[in-house]
Amino acid sequence: MSTEVSTAIAVSGLRKEYDGGILAVDGVDLEVAAGEVYALLGHNGAGKSTTVEILEGHRTRTAGSVAVLGLDPAREGRALRDRIGIVLQSSGIEPSLTVREAVEIYGSCYSTRRPVAEAIELAGLADQADQRVGSLSGGQQRRVDFALGIVGRPEVLFLDEPTTGFDPAARRSAWEVVSGLGAGGTTVLLTTHYLEEAEHLADRVGVLAHGRMVAEGTPAELIGSRGGAVVSFALPDGVEPAELDGVVPRDARIAGRQVDIATATPTADLARLTAWAVGRGVELDGLRVHQPTLEDVFLELAGEREVAR
Amino acid sequence: MSAARLVVVQVRYQLKVFMRSPVAVFFTVMFPVLMLVLMNALFAGDADIEGPGGEAWPVQQFYVGGLSAFAAVSATFTNLANVVPVRRDDGILKRWRSTPLPAWACIAGYVGSATIVAAVGVALTWGLGVAFYDITIDVAKLPVAVLTFVLAVGSFAALGLAVASLIRTAESAPAVANAIILPLGFVSSVFVPTADPPAWMAFLGDAFPLKPFAETFQDVFNPFVDPPAFVAHRLIRIAAWGVVGVAIALWRFRWEPHRTSGAPGRRRGRGRGRQAPATTSG
Repeated sequence: MSTEVSTAIAVSGLRKEYDGGILAVDGVDLEVAAGEVYALLGHNGAGKSTTVEILEGHRTRTAGSVAVLGLDPAREGRALRDRIGIVLQSSGIEPSLTVREAVEIYGSCYSTRRPVAEAIELAGLADQADQRVGSLSGGQQRRVDFALGIVGRPEVLFLDEPTTGFDPAARRSAWEVVSGLGAGGTTVLLTTHYLEEAEHLADRVGVLAHGRMVAEGTPAELIGSRGGAVVSFALPDGVEPAELDGVVPRDARIAGRQVDIATATPTADLARLTAWAVGRGVELDGLRVHQPTLEDVFLELAGEREVAR
Repeated sequence: MSAARLVVVQVRYQLKVFMRSPVAVFFTVMFPVLMLVLMNALFAGDADIEGPGGEAWPVQQFYVGGLSAFAAVSATFTNLANVVPVRRDDGILKRWRSTPLPAWACIAGYVGSATIVAAVGVALTWGLGVAFYDITIDVAKLPVAVLTFVLAVGSFAALGLAVASLIRTAESAPAVANAIILPLGFVSSVFVPTADPPAWMAFLGDAFPLKPFAETFQDVFNPFVDPPAFVAHRLIRIAAWGVVGVAIALWRFRWEPHRTSGAPGRRRGRGRGRQAPATTSG
């Protein structure tokens, strides 16, 4: 135990093969320090949820070693679950219970607990404490999930897509709750496919694609590692994407009318593009050159083909 | 927290949720009572039923015994077969698996609360019988009645969990549970006296555990049956089905929703239809 003080989560060579030979996780290594907020990024099917569910003890692994707080989730699941908090994207609560009752009941099985009022307060539900869970809005119910996730004073908190389906205001206030927990020293492992969420919350980010970790680092490192710049503009009306062949590099991203070119030679690319536009007699709305965002990096790393689904 | 305390918290929690569901309370507790009132109103004036030895046996005694057994079965078997798949589909069971609560304590909460509801159902029907239907309870038969109750409640709870384990979606649970228990009630001398049933009906009644349970309770009120009214093969048949129920539940019980049952958590209106940023390769 004493050797695990600084490492909350240690994963090496993790593999998960589902029935039928589907390889969901293909050799993932991951280390999260105590007190760190770590975000796993990836598209649906990239292996995020499977990885996290193995760490939580909800799923068995095919190969590799996993230690959470020095415990093996597959063999010491109960001891582990007493020291972690899990906020799943797909777990319900009896709608007829009040928030306070739910926190009391679910909190009762942990050996160390926060006072019920404190858990409710931290989740931002003080005003709804005596309302029934079923009468709350979706965002408020998600806060109940948070309250239940932290009532056992977890040393590690798992958040599986904590703000999926939220409106922007609800997302921001959920971020405040998570930031507060991170500042309080709780290790947080969250999965998300909102780039701004990872950028806002995480000390470090890991990008998963096809079950592999394709990049890892602080958000700034990831952005810096790609170097260069991004040239963006809107495709003018009446211009087919095919007309851009030879004008923009082959790996440019075209989403609807939006075109993004990640490039190490922005000056040359811009010159070729503007020459073409002037020759064609069209104006390029929203034309700009900017630093890559985490989203640019992510889309490049995670591969765009599967996004089209 | 001690094991006993864990179970007490779980039982109280399940009872609280049960009591806040008027539909569940009605169908589990009030339905057998209503049946008792209706059956007596319809048939009380009718000729007596022929007892085991050819004696005249007032119908009230028959109905109080059979329907009180039925009340215990609806509180355990029907109740659990309905409720557990709903909790599984809603992700409530999965949430409990995310906590350090031991699996057995969670199950004990369901079985314990169902047992209490069953006891209330039996007390209510017996109380009605004593108060309004001229029933006398032979104290000398009570030990066998209590023993049978305990065994039957355990067996029917196990069978309820077994059916809940085999049902894939909560939507089909009420239909499956009722399709099993209502016909069984008819072949098990619960709703209609079957002094001389067709052979196949007698066979079905004897093969399943409801009839031995109902008959034991009916004997408690039957003045022609001498105490202690102990019939070993009835208890053995009830217990044997309990073993079957436990085996199936251990084999097939799932904490997570079946993948085909749609998006988990849908009852709470949480969509899972997320979209990644739409992008195509240029």
